[in-house]
Amino acid sequence: MIGLDVGRLVAVARKEAREYRRTPFIIGAMAVLPLIFMINPVITIFAIGATVKAATVTKAVGATFLVLLVVPAVIPASIAAYSVVGERDQGTLEPLLTTPVRRGELLIGKALVAAVPAVGIAYILFALAVILAHFFAGNPTVAATLTEGSHILAQALFAPLLAVWSIGVGTAISARASDVRVAQQLGTLASLPPLGVTALVSFQIVPLGVWTAVGFGLGLLVIDIAMWRVVLAMFDRERLITGSRAVKTTGVGPGDRVAPGEVRRIQA
Amino acid sequence: MAKEQLTGGAAPALVVSHLTKRFGDRSAFEDVSFEVARGEVFGFLGPNGAGKTTTVRTLGTLIAPTSGSAVVAGIPLSAATGAEIRQLISVMPENPGLYVRLTVQENLELFAGLYGLASPGARIAGVLETVNMAPRARDLCGRLSKGLRQRVGLARALLSDPVVMFLDEPTSGLDPVASRDVHDLIASLRERGVTVFLTTHRLEEAERLCDRVAILNTRLLAVGPPEQLRTQLFRSSLVVETAARLPAPEAVFTQDVGVEEWTPEGDATYVLTVAEPRMAAPRVTRALVAAGADVVSIAVAHHSLEDVYLELVEADPEAGR
Repeated sequence: MIGLDVGRLVAVARKEAREYRRTPFIIGAMAVLPLIFMINPVITIFAIGATVKAATVTKAVGATFLVLLVVPAVIPASIAAYSVVGERDQGTLEPLLTTPVRRGELLIGKALVAAVPAVGIAYILFALAVILAHFFAGNPTVAATLTEGSHILAQALFAPLLAVWSIGVGTAISARASDVRVAQQLGTLASLPPLGVTALVSFQIVPLGVWTAVGFGLGLLVIDIAMWRVVLAMFDRERLITGSRAVKTTGVGPGDRVAPGEVRRIQA
Repeated sequence: MAKEQLTGGAAPALVVSHLTKRFGDRSAFEDVSFEVARGEVFGFLGPNGAGKTTTVRTLGTLIAPTSGSAVVAGIPLSAATGAEIRQLISVMPENPGLYVRLTVQENLELFAGLYGLASPGARIAGVLETVNMAPRARDLCGRLSKGLRQRVGLARALLSDPVVMFLDEPTSGLDPVASRDVHDLIASLRERGVTVFLTTHRLEEAERLCDRVAILNTRLLAVGPPEQLRTQLFRSSLVVETAARLPAPEAVFTQDVGVEEWTPEGDATYVLTVAEPRMAAPRVTRALVAAGADVVSIAVAHHSLEDVYLELVEADPEAGR
């Protein structure tokens, strides 16, 4: 597909990580948003009484499960949407594109740094939800439902796949947008549709089992791969620098050049 | 291709042949052809919108030419060779484009990584030393003045030890002291054999630093060493000032004193076109004294690169666009 130089990929990723660390907005978003997303699951878990029927518990856990998956979809979306248009906005894109870095190295390096914390936070929130349910939930079946193999597998598969989608679509928007704020708003919106797939299992429209999780995971994987191919194709240096697309180049042979040392006034 | 092969051979650093770039119906530059020798400091001059930056971007593989061809650092310019060319060149845009939340050191570490430098630490220390920024390595770029940022931009451009350096308006917005530092650095690059492609609005800068200049106004108007462009465009002349207007200047200047043409300029000043200024000046002085004129001054007219530039650009039909 694309040749990737690991050294360049690491250089891009390290730069991104350093920038995030020094950007209060990103740190704030990564810290505060997950906490907000945890409010609903915690209330849900505590509100389920001991006598509530198993079907109701499953439905409530499904809703919790969906909310937890919003995190890896939404958190990296605005970061990815900033990734290219933000570089252009601060004047760093042109120097970056004059280096030997290839588009795959640049975009994947950026994507990794957006994805890793988002997926990590999603896993931590899931673990936290399980721990809270185990020790504090009024109904013992809540923890048991959350830790069913199919739920853990679905969480493990869907979180990174949703993050990859979200980052890809955010990057694509970023490569075409001319305004950072517009890119971030569109990026966040565009990150949501794949949650529809997970909603099918969360709301028991499609019963969640191991094979359902694997099937939906594979479906998301195919969508992610296709979408990233489009993203890489959309990353056009000329369009990014000049705002217009490159046209076909036609070469000519050696011509009437002015050689070193030669003086010539050229008639207009 | 190894960098040593490119730097060791006699091939020009840049060969540009009938290069044209259009954006829709508008030409950014058209039918541009020239060569730049290795180790040459080549000035690229032109008014705003002349196509200088677009030429740099094209040769820097950021944008594709509409037609024509070029060989950059020994490699034919094409979509397939972009990464290979970028490994051998460096481009410093007018705005150095530094990551303001990163330190000077961190900015350079990124680019060292992108160029795949073997021992980045030593190289970074070396280029920071070259631009006198070593003591500021740990400062955030956002806290540096424009002049210091420009120096960091230059350090970044030097980092990969490029065969060709493209510097786009490197002294734009700098104060005279900072500009002089940049000039000294470019002069030292020439001594080290680095090819420098310098676009600038500052004609005195080009005159001082460049071995040759090209004047572009969408089309290439002239290419050559500044001195030779002056000779080619302007005939030698003497400027004579007398205490009072001469009653019969024609009688003085049409004598056999070596004057080919003469024109009055102001009240008592005359511009004389001569073939050999050093031979004509004493003869003109004697003729003026013999005619009873009080000579205030007589001097060889000096035409700057600015005169050459204005002559070419103002005469160009594209100037009125």
